[in-house]
Amino acid sequence: MPAWLALLYVWPIGMLVAGSLQAGGLGNYLAVGQRVDFLRLLFNSLWISGWTVVLGALVNSLAGYALARLQFPGRAVLLGLVLICMVIPFEAVAAPLFYSVSRLGLRDTLGVQILPFVANGVSIYLFYTFYLEFPRELEEAACLEGAGPWQIYGRLVLPNSGPVLATHSVITLLSSWGAYLWPLLVTAGPQARPLPLALANFMTTPPLHWGQIFAFGVLMVVPVLLGFGFLQRYFQPGSLTSGIK
Amino acid sequence: MVSPAVLGLLLFVLAPFALSFLISFTDLSLGSPHPMHWVGTLQYERLFHDPALARALANNLRFALVVVPLQTALALALAVLLHRPGWRLAGLYRAIFFAPVVFPMSLVAVIWRYLYAPGLQGPANRLLSWLSLGHWQARDFLHDPEWALGALMALSVWQGVGLQMVILLGGLQQIPSDLYEAAALDGAGPLQRFRRVTLPMLRNTLIFTALMTSILAFRVFDQVQILTHGGPAGATSTLMFELVRSAFERLQMGRACALTVLFVLIVLLLTGLQRLALRQRAL
Repeated sequence: MPAWLALLYVWPIGMLVAGSLQAGGLGNYLAVGQRVDFLRLLFNSLWISGWTVVLGALVNSLAGYALARLQFPGRAVLLGLVLICMVIPFEAVAAPLFYSVSRLGLRDTLGVQILPFVANGVSIYLFYTFYLEFPRELEEAACLEGAGPWQIYGRLVLPNSGPVLATHSVITLLSSWGAYLWPLLVTAGPQARPLPLALANFMTTPPLHWGQIFAFGVLMVVPVLLGFGFLQRYFQPGSLTSGIK
Repeated sequence: MVSPAVLGLLLFVLAPFALSFLISFTDLSLGSPHPMHWVGTLQYERLFHDPALARALANNLRFALVVVPLQTALALALAVLLHRPGWRLAGLYRAIFFAPVVFPMSLVAVIWRYLYAPGLQGPANRLLSWLSLGHWQARDFLHDPEWALGALMALSVWQGVGLQMVILLGGLQQIPSDLYEAAALDGAGPLQRFRRVTLPMLRNTLIFTALMTSILAFRVFDQVQILTHGGPAGATSTLMFELVRSAFERLQMGRACALTVLFVLIVLLLTGLQRLALRQRAL
């Protein structure tokens, strides 16, 4: 069975963890804190990813819900727009955005690493397809009681969106936490720099000490592992039907 | 209700792209004292005759031609092997193969730079030497023009296969089990069931994951920037690496935006191919 392949697969991860404890032991972790302002970098990454996930959940679920349920002029055009934006990767707008951000003097801010990633075609489509399948009876009942679309969305739809919120959060968290290209373009100093870029800089800043580099790596992956582990529990297709009862 | 999302998409996707299209017809340069000029299709003509870009695109294409089939086959094999309802270890294996997906590419690149260390002290060289019973000649993977691109492919597959695997596992779970039972009653062996039931039922999921990976092959950047910087001698340069170098290191916005337009055309072409493949009826 795939046992040997699994071993080969965990080998680099095992090497990362073991390496972070070699030639210095736990001191490697302390040395990271002495060589860089790790708390600052961690805060930057948490702040950027946190707001991207939360704002994205609100903005994209609202749009997905409206597209799935409300009839309004221009709906078909907007759906087409979402489909187009879905296939255009961020790299396609990196150069012109970099130009605009530089001209506006917005480099080296955290906001410029959040806002471009909030509205997202893939996420909108994810919410849209989820809400198409959402049982109409619940909304109709609420509608009869006099609730408007905003109330239905806030009190009924969003609280019952667990699985799709988890999916949105997982994909957004992974891409946001790992972002490298955009921070490389828009950050010059450490004050707004996120962890991946700081890790690459840490590796090339002498002295080359692999124990410390690996300790940095472990520290950087732990938060996203925790976040993923937490989201995975809510990542259940059954949670939708449990909301109906 | 849609307005925040529409605003976001207009401001950060459509407007920048339109701007990019416009800038690609100029000689705009960041920080240059000279005024901008309209240069017509000059940027595109230059790109057309640019050997560095040809090299980069060839690398992207090689990357796609190796990584897409390899990663899809590996992900499919893993998904089929792990799709055994009630098997306790399946969850553990799934976690192991999915783990690298959670790792940022920058960290993956850092780990693999260590693995690729030259000489027999390098873990990858040591492993290959051990596997080949000492016949392996130690290489400096990342500085060897013959090996550098392959080295980047290997770590990309390592990081990417888990995501394809879970998507395919999701597809496998959707296949009704009575199809397998009917095929078994008709006397189909495991191999035939795979060919006659699994593959056709998984067709659309496979097309989707293959497209996802081929677009990723044209987005490759992080590992190039961190590990090889396009070298040795352009052996690992890619479209995105060229683009960032134009925009960021040389501040040639006109060229960078022309490269952006080219990139979008490639992505649209790949997406169009996917639509065609999906529309064609399964045989």
